[in-house]
Amino acid sequence: MSVQSAALRPEATAERPTPSAVASADTLGSNQRTQSRQRRQRRIQLLRIGLGVGFLAAWELAAQFELIDVFFFGQPSGIANQIWKWVTRGTAQGPLWEQIAVTLEEAILGFLIGVALGVIFGVVLGRNRDVADVFGPYIKGANSMPRVVLGSIFIIWFGLGLGSKVALAVVLVFFVVFFNAFQGVREVDRNLLANARILGASPRRITSEVIIPSALSWIIASLHTSFGFALVGAVVGEYLGAIKGLGLMIATAQNTFNPNGVFAAMAILAAVALLAEAGVTALENRLISWRPNVVADVTI
Amino acid sequence: MSGFWRGCPVDTMNRMRFMPTWSRCGHNDSQAAGRHGTFAAMSPPGPAPTIELRGVYKRFLTPTGEAYTALRDLNLEVQPGEFCSVVGPTGCGKSTTLALISGLEPPSAGEVQVFGKPVTGIDKDIGYVFQTDAVFPWKNVLDNVAAGPRFRGQNKRAAHEQARDWIARVGLTGFESHYPHQLSGGMRKRVALAQTLINNPRIILMDEPFSALDVQTRTLMENELLALWSASGASVVFVTHDLEEAIALSDRVFVLTAGPATIKGAYQVDLPRPRNVAEIRFQPRFNEIYQVIWEDLRQEVLVSYERAKRSIAA
Repeated sequence: MSVQSAALRPEATAERPTPSAVASADTLGSNQRTQSRQRRQRRIQLLRIGLGVGFLAAWELAAQFELIDVFFFGQPSGIANQIWKWVTRGTAQGPLWEQIAVTLEEAILGFLIGVALGVIFGVVLGRNRDVADVFGPYIKGANSMPRVVLGSIFIIWFGLGLGSKVALAVVLVFFVVFFNAFQGVREVDRNLLANARILGASPRRITSEVIIPSALSWIIASLHTSFGFALVGAVVGEYLGAIKGLGLMIATAQNTFNPNGVFAAMAILAAVALLAEAGVTALENRLISWRPNVVADVTI
Repeated sequence: MSGFWRGCPVDTMNRMRFMPTWSRCGHNDSQAAGRHGTFAAMSPPGPAPTIELRGVYKRFLTPTGEAYTALRDLNLEVQPGEFCSVVGPTGCGKSTTLALISGLEPPSAGEVQVFGKPVTGIDKDIGYVFQTDAVFPWKNVLDNVAAGPRFRGQNKRAAHEQARDWIARVGLTGFESHYPHQLSGGMRKRVALAQTLINNPRIILMDEPFSALDVQTRTLMENELLALWSASGASVVFVTHDLEEAIALSDRVFVLTAGPATIKGAYQVDLPRPRNVAEIRFQPRFNEIYQVIWEDLRQEVLVSYERAKRSIAA
């Protein structure tokens, strides 16, 4: 900075630090910050793994030393054994992968149909006040009912096969998605609607190009929970009566007083649910890439 | 168009104020003819006005169920190709005026005419730049600018080609695939301008479009707006609370009273064009005009300020 320009703008030089000083202070700070962030992440990872390993070790040791009764509580090594046995020799109903595939098929079908219905109903009711007011009390009533009991009626209607489980999953998924889609449609920015109208959009174009994209972040937020519900629907449906599936494996293990079998099936279900969750997150990042910063770190 | 003070029809307004409500919006032939006569005498010679508001009232229901009058007996005319500004105290009903002209809202009473016809819905020849960001956050710059032509049934290729041209005109070349959240406030306003102007509107309504921008960006945008407007030949109604901005941009400035709003005065701004917004403020004539309008506006701002104080105290 030359003397002349400094003389012309005294307050600028007097009060502001020079650019180089600012830069070095900044990089120093950011270096320290990244370092401390990395340290924190390492610590968190260690604690995480330690917690899981510690819990399993305590469980195993308690079972070994007969502090807890293996007959009721099972033990990690037994669960691992059980899974290994299922993988290598198959389950009572057939190979393990087949059970997983059946349950997944039911859950995914139920999820897709439930999401589609939820979005359609949510958008239609959200767009049309009269329809919403007519349907409102019935939907609220249906939602307040414990819908798992519908599983019994679905088994009577659709039999022991795929249909009854899909139906139960659909019913569970529908309401979660519906309420989110409805709310999302209702919360669309008035300015965006006015702008689209002024620019010449027809009501249909407004729905497809303003309302649905805008409601999409709400809808997608509901997908995280609703895939879990789809799995619940499939498993509970199998529990109530089925020929194949993870739910049936749990029911069988329960009936033969095999806690290791119940825990093993639970572990497999958890793994499936986590994989599905990762899939939904990937879908979310793809569909709403326009969003400022997709929050990926907050979920537990 | 030479006189500095071009009166809005004050005596007509006074006369109408004492008429019973039913006759203001009534379709009594002789009365309508009489009013037309008065207006014809008051309005300047030349082509028919592009926008005409006559005895317009607008009432809203507040959430508590009370009726709130936003506009009261508002009379306003905008000539073809004219740049008009509407100034007034905060919350006096400036934006409501634009909503009525655009057809987004119907008047409660009175008549709103655009291109010589009563407004019944949204006219395709009207563009509207909103105060807050109204660009679609899920569309990139190119698709945002192309939205108008696409909505109006143009195919994608042609719409994109046209959009690229407008993106260049507002100086955003290179940002076609950016999303609005990746742009600065000034750039988003440019997108909004291009999005509106691509439809070649004959009327451009602007609701405090630059109020969220910093002063430098604002001056830049104002100059660009003037350049784009003079090339388009459209009529502009520019709502702002900033009197300096209003005078620098406009041919005519309307001052609204504190709500319920009506026109307090209309002032011709006889500054030469083309103008440079940054420099025109230093002209002595600018100051003269400013002082006259400010005298009028100040009283209304005080009224509205006193009211706000009282409502907070209450």
